[in-house]
Amino acid sequence: MTRNLIIGAALSSLVVLAAVMSFVWTPFDYAALNIPDKLQPPNPTHWFGTDHFGRDMFSMIMVGSRTSIAVALVAVGIGMAAGVPLGLTAATRKGSWLDELIMRGNDLVFAFPSLVIAILITAVFGAGAINAIIAIGIFNIPVFARITRGAALSLWEREFILAARVSGKGAARISVEHILPNVANLLIVQGTIQFSLGILAEAGLSYVGLGAQPPTPSWGRMLADAQTMVSFAPHLALIPGSAIIVTVLGLNLMGDGLRDWLDPRLRVARS
Amino acid sequence: MTFRSVILAASSVLAMSAGLATAKDSATFAMQLEPPHLDPTSAAAQAIDSVVYLNIFEGLTRFMGDGSIAPGLAESWEISDDGTVYTFQLHDGVTFHDGSSMDAEDVKFSLDRARAEDSTNAQKALFAGIESVEVIDPLTVKITLANPNGNFLFNLAWGDAVVVAPESIEDIKTNPIGTGAYTFSEWVQGDRIVLERNPDYWGEQPALAKATFKMISDPTAAFAAMMAEDVDAIANFPAPENLPQFEADPRFQVLYGSSEGETILSTNNKQPPFDDVRVRQAVAHAINREAIIDGAMFGLGTPIGTHFAPHHPAYVDLTGNSAHDPDKAKALLAEAGLPDGFETTLHLPPPSYARRGGEIVAAQLAEVGIKAEIINVEWAQWLETVFRGKNFGLTIVSHTEPMDIGIYARPEYYFQYDNPDFQSLIETLNVTTDPEKRTELLQKAQTIISEDYVNGFLFQLAWPTVANAKLQGLWVNAPTAATDLSAISWTD
Amino acid sequence: MLRYSLKRLFSLMISLAVASLVIFSVVEIAPGDPASYMLGVNAQPDTVAALRAELGLDVSRPERYLSWVAGMLQGDFGTSYTYRTPVAEMVKDRLWVSLPLALYALTLSTLIAFPAGIFAASRRGKTGDVVVMGSTQLGIAIPNFWFAMILVLIFAINLRWFSAGGFVGWENGIWAGLHSLTLPAIALALPQASILARVMRSSLLDILGEDFMRTARAKGLTRKQALWRHGLRNALIPVLTIIGLQFSFLLAGSIIIEQVFYLPGLGRLVFQAISARDLIVVESVVMLLVFAVIVVNFVVDLAYAVVDPRLRTRT
Repeated sequence: MTRNLIIGAALSSLVVLAAVMSFVWTPFDYAALNIPDKLQPPNPTHWFGTDHFGRDMFSMIMVGSRTSIAVALVAVGIGMAAGVPLGLTAATRKGSWLDELIMRGNDLVFAFPSLVIAILITAVFGAGAINAIIAIGIFNIPVFARITRGAALSLWEREFILAARVSGKGAARISVEHILPNVANLLIVQGTIQFSLGILAEAGLSYVGLGAQPPTPSWGRMLADAQTMVSFAPHLALIPGSAIIVTVLGLNLMGDGLRDWLDPRLRVARS
Repeated sequence: MTFRSVILAASSVLAMSAGLATAKDSATFAMQLEPPHLDPTSAAAQAIDSVVYLNIFEGLTRFMGDGSIAPGLAESWEISDDGTVYTFQLHDGVTFHDGSSMDAEDVKFSLDRARAEDSTNAQKALFAGIESVEVIDPLTVKITLANPNGNFLFNLAWGDAVVVAPESIEDIKTNPIGTGAYTFSEWVQGDRIVLERNPDYWGEQPALAKATFKMISDPTAAFAAMMAEDVDAIANFPAPENLPQFEADPRFQVLYGSSEGETILSTNNKQPPFDDVRVRQAVAHAINREAIIDGAMFGLGTPIGTHFAPHHPAYVDLTGNSAHDPDKAKALLAEAGLPDGFETTLHLPPPSYARRGGEIVAAQLAEVGIKAEIINVEWAQWLETVFRGKNFGLTIVSHTEPMDIGIYARPEYYFQYDNPDFQSLIETLNVTTDPEKRTELLQKAQTIISEDYVNGFLFQLAWPTVANAKLQGLWVNAPTAATDLSAISWTD
Repeated sequence: MLRYSLKRLFSLMISLAVASLVIFSVVEIAPGDPASYMLGVNAQPDTVAALRAELGLDVSRPERYLSWVAGMLQGDFGTSYTYRTPVAEMVKDRLWVSLPLALYALTLSTLIAFPAGIFAASRRGKTGDVVVMGSTQLGIAIPNFWFAMILVLIFAINLRWFSAGGFVGWENGIWAGLHSLTLPAIALALPQASILARVMRSSLLDILGEDFMRTARAKGLTRKQALWRHGLRNALIPVLTIIGLQFSFLLAGSIIIEQVFYLPGLGRLVFQAISARDLIVVESVVMLLVFAVIVVNFVVDLAYAVVDPRLRTRT
């Protein structure tokens, strides 16, 4: 099913393009208040209308995509940077106390109610993009650790790894040189999924006021600001909502498409 | 049972059910915050007063809807010529909800409890001037003050000064027992509090038999609940942007009142560069109040130029001192040695006047070169960092206590304004009882803080109430936090 | 088996101890003091100190930690600072909303997901499959709080079929109770149903490739008959696992939805307690949630080990 991949990649690139573009051009200054022009519905001047302060929604959506992408991407980065080495280490020492420690640690993080903890973290350390990233990132670590360990364990049984061992390479070196490249595909697919979950999580956190702080626009906060006005200015909720849906949909389709495309085993099995 | 009595009983049952069918005698009120508990004498939460003040608990004096002070449990009083001895005559035949009678001993107990060493009364300062409370006879109490206090009857009207029953103190937080026209019925935490009419009330029986207070913190939910007619009235409606929709709908009425909330851009007067009056003046001229009221409150609010409620007779309009003038602001900054502006923080607590107003203020300050970093905080954090820690540059907050200009005479108060002239002025005011003299002093006080640009004075918070069109007797203004149920009834 | 169980029990204890320590430290470093929050801006310092003493906040942190843990071991979860009621009672009250809401949402999601998943699997690759799978992608991508906003706008404000939120209480009858939980349950069920339908479909497709299904087809059953008679039951195992996961997620994960519909549930209790700095409530409720998940995992692990002895040597 490469159709998923194509649609997903198209939607995702659209969002990334908007984010990159916003650094050099937006139709209006996203932060400029113009109160007399507030709450305009979409029109030729303001393509997505204006918000309650008369700010241009199109420009805010563009800059907001930056916030969403940055938060979700760094959170995935944290998850990978900490989770992958943990998973690889656990796999080399299968059954040891270290493996046990890592896996129990994983279970423990999984046992925490993620949303409650994210809210707690941002309440404790203050609302803001950085703390939102940390709160989301922490819960990405066990995801990557577990998936890396699982894949690595089956690779350790394979003959080319045995050959490498016989040639005298250490476990760490084998992990980096032979295991990692072979789990990369899996990590890319999982990374895409976590990325889309991160976008949703960021939207949720900023919706309850714990994400990026004003004047930095964020889609979730735009929705929160819009709440009381949806009944007479529905575009305030429909536009940021659609932005979130398009982004998450694009990433999920791309993740599915990538899995089918990168995993020849599945392709054979399914065809 | 005779035939006659059966008929009588049957007809009275019929009459009752017919009555139930025609006249509605219960109402549901939405509240934004849930009270932490139900003891008005040991917490600051206004939500407690909104439920229990006047309904469950009463004090010697009471607030009326127009802000005046009227007799409460005290039928009358005499004030000695030097203004230090108050002798209160209590109403006869008042009982607490547990059946015990309310007398002078209970008044003494309540006041002594509030001002005791280990008291947890949030407004202990109200009782600071009391030297002694004496029981003359069961219906007479004598209170002696250290100094005359022109505000004393006003102080006694606060929810923090209500009369409580000594035997009920143990459980007062969850089972409040007072003398009011309503008794506490149930509290489903996180959802609602229910009060029921007290058949043994000493005063007139109120129209509503049952009142439910429903906790709805979210402005959207409040709008939706009102629109769906899940609730009958919401005082201090949190989203001014929705008011036109209610006005346009014949099912509802909107009452526009004023609150005691001076909304100010509080400034840390001890933190450089705000210790320079020119910088504070620059901030004042950088701000465009009209834009803030329009953008943040959708036009609802009265501009103020000092820390005083515009509906008060002693108010002076000083908004001219801080008219919007960005060029003047820049010039003042340059004069203060900050031609390129400076960086500071702007702490914003949760209410929308602060969050939305803050975004506008930050943008306006940016126009004159002041970069204010917005930090959104919850109340607990605001109290810790801003109020107690005094670790802030600017913050927006509405000071909702009535007649609170006296906070400018407290140099340790969080905005740290230290002006000995102002302090002695307030000292004089506190011992002045002559109304004309008081007005003169109050006006002088307003002028001093306005000309010292202590804080950015933004606007007086409006007090909009949205209610079912058939509900009458609601307070329009909010002289204090209260839902005076005894005045409320349905029109048909 | 006994040795394995003991080993797992030991690690369960360690996990709980670590969890309690983590929760306590994170909550306790939160800036903000419950006493000054409760007394407000006009309170005098000695009043705040008196309240702190009354709440037991004046003892050292390690002491408070130990007494908290000791209390929990005896089933005492402490008393809320603000409400002055035992935390256990508050949790019990809130569970009467959160638990039925989670079950309601789960039921809805299962009722949608099963037919959708089976339908998609039976039409694999055809238009029906593509439409269903496309809808599930959309369902996963829609943030549930946004969906909730739209539901309120349409069904509560405009059509007035449902109340905009709040919970009437079970004492008004089961139907009234369910009625007031309907919109939130729908908002919660949408993404869950989407995920579940996808799992249902792929697990059915996996089963279809298995040998015994080929045998069934060879015996002359049509694809659909084979699916119904043999496939469904075998495909249920992964589906049930997901349902279990979703249930524990829904219990605490409905926090934002409870906020939108102002439901007095467990999630909102924690949310309110965090902003009021009612530390003991936050600590105890989070600990209970963690405890529930850890214990469920432990039981599941033991059950697997009973079924499959090979697992005992693995971790």
